[in-house]
Amino acid sequence: MKNLWSNLYVWLDERVQLESLVAFMGKKYVPVHRHSVWYYFGGVTLFLFIVQVITGILLLLYYKSGEELAFESIQFIMSKVQFGWLIRSIHSWAANLFILAAVIHMFSVYFERAYRKPRELTWLTGMLMLFLGMGFGFSGYLLPWNELAFFATKVGTDIAGVVPFIGKPMLIFLRGGEEVSGATLSRFFGFHVAVMPGIFTVLLGIHLILVQRQGMSEPLHTDRSEAGVPRTTMPFFPNFLLRDLLLWLIVLNILAILAVFFPWELGTKADPFASAPAGIAPEWYFMFMFQTLKIIPAKVLFIDGEVLGVLLFGVAFLLWTIIPFWDRKSARGEHNRAITYIGLFVVGYVLLLTILGWVL
Amino acid sequence: MNDNTGAVHEGKRDLLKYILGAGLVAWLGSIVYPLAAYLKPPRQAEVEVSSVKVGKLAEIEKDSGAIVRFGNKPVILVRSAAGELRAFSATCTHLDCTVQYRKDLGVIWCACHNGKYDFNGKNIAGPPPRPLDEYRVVVQGEEVLISKQS
Repeated sequence: MKNLWSNLYVWLDERVQLESLVAFMGKKYVPVHRHSVWYYFGGVTLFLFIVQVITGILLLLYYKSGEELAFESIQFIMSKVQFGWLIRSIHSWAANLFILAAVIHMFSVYFERAYRKPRELTWLTGMLMLFLGMGFGFSGYLLPWNELAFFATKVGTDIAGVVPFIGKPMLIFLRGGEEVSGATLSRFFGFHVAVMPGIFTVLLGIHLILVQRQGMSEPLHTDRSEAGVPRTTMPFFPNFLLRDLLLWLIVLNILAILAVFFPWELGTKADPFASAPAGIAPEWYFMFMFQTLKIIPAKVLFIDGEVLGVLLFGVAFLLWTIIPFWDRKSARGEHNRAITYIGLFVVGYVLLLTILGWVL
Repeated sequence: MNDNTGAVHEGKRDLLKYILGAGLVAWLGSIVYPLAAYLKPPRQAEVEVSSVKVGKLAEIEKDSGAIVRFGNKPVILVRSAAGELRAFSATCTHLDCTVQYRKDLGVIWCACHNGKYDFNGKNIAGPPPRPLDEYRVVVQGEEVLISKQS
């Protein structure tokens, strides 16, 4: 058996020169310090993405897009297809855990200033993937064509329509018409299963190649080489990878427990001629924005409240995304306190508004 | 003489550059335009509805509201405790949700962002920036009809 493997290795090595790859992996080290735990969240996010690809493809085998078919096909998956309920439940839960892991990963990178030179592009691709992840969530939410999804999509696309100048054409583009209808469902389906996975995979490839080439970032304050303390590291292969895999296994178990004991509901079928149900709320990761829009008054000075909200969030997200390019201090390797305060404010704001959204 | 031919050559080269450049732009346009046009959904011919029959006056409860289908738009018909009938576009002016009548509050209410409108469709609380568009309610004998405001 061992012979077979080594023969296979030699066969491949002769053709594609595996040696350099193995040498590269053998030389890769992961820094060990008291913040090392955060390194794992990128891997967890990746794992959940893989789960989404697999369960997504499985759902595609039975899902039917269309106003008259979508809801019924999910009903069919959940009631007739063997383990269909499980696959759908895992897909829904993994989607939420994916966003959660990505958000934790993003904030840990932020607070450790890991976005600083030379990792600006890693941060940028990561942020774009986070936005795409939210896009996945938003578009996937509509696919069962239930009541909640219908109104969430109405509100979400209407928010896009509020953006000055490009808003209206964007709304028409997203909805495939003036109103949220079967045309919207077809479009969202296409975005969700073809357009976004394609773009995401390219970004993910760049992101991972950059991580491999540049290695893990070390936070400024644990850069002990200055203090004369030798750096502690751990080989990526196999030490870190095995830890990664163990964590993936744990995450898979958590996912299975959630999916089995808290199966995802389907709700009632969307009816364009019904009122929005009381207690309607978006997915938790949109909650802070939803709650903000609820709180902003109809008119602030001469601007419509919703326009103001959308513009403020737009500017905030843009500034956050391009942070490596304006946080010059961290790029020089100096400690920038302002970044910590901004970060804490953002975390506090998001948490507070999210809680308010659930309570009010 | 030599200088002159050089200038002529340069002039010719410039001309070629413009032709090539314009060709490139036209070529890009011929790709981008059909794509952009394809992405823009075609206008569906809508059946122009001028009025719809809602039902018998006696069947509409006092102090209640109901969503009525007006072409492809939802319209809310509300009846006050005093029996007065009003109809408004049921699309919230804030972010497009469909409103409902709240008996307990005596207002037209939007569940999405807690917007409230009074019996005249006026936005009285929450984020809605404008009143609801009003429709005309006509009672012909026993029949209740809703039509667009002229």
